[in-house]
Amino acid sequence: MINHAEIDSELIPILDQVADPEIPVLTILDMGVVRYARVKEKEVLIKITPTYSGCPAMDVIGDDIIKAFKEAGYMAKVELVLAPSWSTDWITERGRNALEKYGIAPPLEAEADKAALLGGQKIVKCTLCGSTNTKLVSQFGSTACKALFQCEDCHEPFDYFKCLK
Amino acid sequence: MENNNLYNYILGIADNSLILGQRLGELCGHGPSLETDIACTNISLDLLGQVRSYYQYAAQLADDGRNEDTIAMMRPEREYVNVLLVEQPNTDFAYTMARQFLFDVYHFSFLTQLQNSADNTLAAIAKKSIKEVSYHLRFSSDWIKRLGDGTEESNKRIQNAINDLWTYTDELFHQTEADKQMISEGVGVDTSKLKEQYYNEVSSLLKEATLEVPESKYFQKGGKKGIHTEHMGYILAELQYMQRTYPNLTW
Repeated sequence: MINHAEIDSELIPILDQVADPEIPVLTILDMGVVRYARVKEKEVLIKITPTYSGCPAMDVIGDDIIKAFKEAGYMAKVELVLAPSWSTDWITERGRNALEKYGIAPPLEAEADKAALLGGQKIVKCTLCGSTNTKLVSQFGSTACKALFQCEDCHEPFDYFKCLK
Repeated sequence: MENNNLYNYILGIADNSLILGQRLGELCGHGPSLETDIACTNISLDLLGQVRSYYQYAAQLADDGRNEDTIAMMRPEREYVNVLLVEQPNTDFAYTMARQFLFDVYHFSFLTQLQNSADNTLAAIAKKSIKEVSYHLRFSSDWIKRLGDGTEESNKRIQNAINDLWTYTDELFHQTEADKQMISEGVGVDTSKLKEQYYNEVSSLLKEATLEVPESKYFQKGGKKGIHTEHMGYILAELQYMQRTYPNLTW
């Protein structure tokens, strides 16, 4: 389901209930932060990796995972791993679609991201009207993972999920 | 502790980010515009996040009850080994961006090398951090260009800031005993090899921003040995206030 991650299939439905607290439409599986989840006699070991080093959501995600597994009758232990470091490439197709519907433009390719953030090319699509006639307002947005954009056609301000790889 | 040099080496990296993160955090709600306010605090958050990884690792090495919080909050001033550059005050937005730029160029090239460290944890932190720092460098470089090539006033201010902060750049490349030991073990980054590239990169961007490259050869030092400028005490007073007033306070 997610590249490089080792996840036991019986755990997927439980992990899929846990959402990113900042972006509730995105589950942690869609986000690609779950790197390892193995179960042995109702004891589960989960390894998650942070999106950004300072992301305050990671502590909450850890607590939410433990809670979700407790409710499903498991004892879960959560570890934070740094390597390999998270990449926006790990966001699933379902996650990208959910982001766009929620009003956050999904990350572009690394090179395209650079062009978009430097204002060189208009390629970030407005989440409201779909126009690519958009402009960068700020490279840094409401959370560490986002930049601020505005549509020049419908004037909608929106978030763009910055590429990280 | 078995590996005092590694512990000190980690602090040498992390203290820079802690103090710079604290300085940028001061702008929360006080930035010159909403966007720059958010940007500075975002960068602060990245730096503090990276610091947590370093201090957690240091605490694990110390293995004597110290944790990331006590390392961050409970040391006396003389035990902080950050460079003098990062403790310089925000003064105005030109100073904030000049300080950021002069640090980011160094930070990016340092992390590029640290990714190859023989120490797996440091290499992992570097690989994680460099993705974030590339955004910091892009942001501060943009502002140097914008201010330098902006109005007469913005040019004057950013030139003053660069001239004033220039004196703190050489210290970035000074090596402590812990640095030398870690370099010899393949764990640390040989910063002497980064110096020429650093000044080349900084100079070329300053020229692009229609700014003059300072010629002064007089440089300040001391931070890496725990001897700080007068600003440091005020930073720590704010940083440590809660832990000093309510020891062992937790969220």
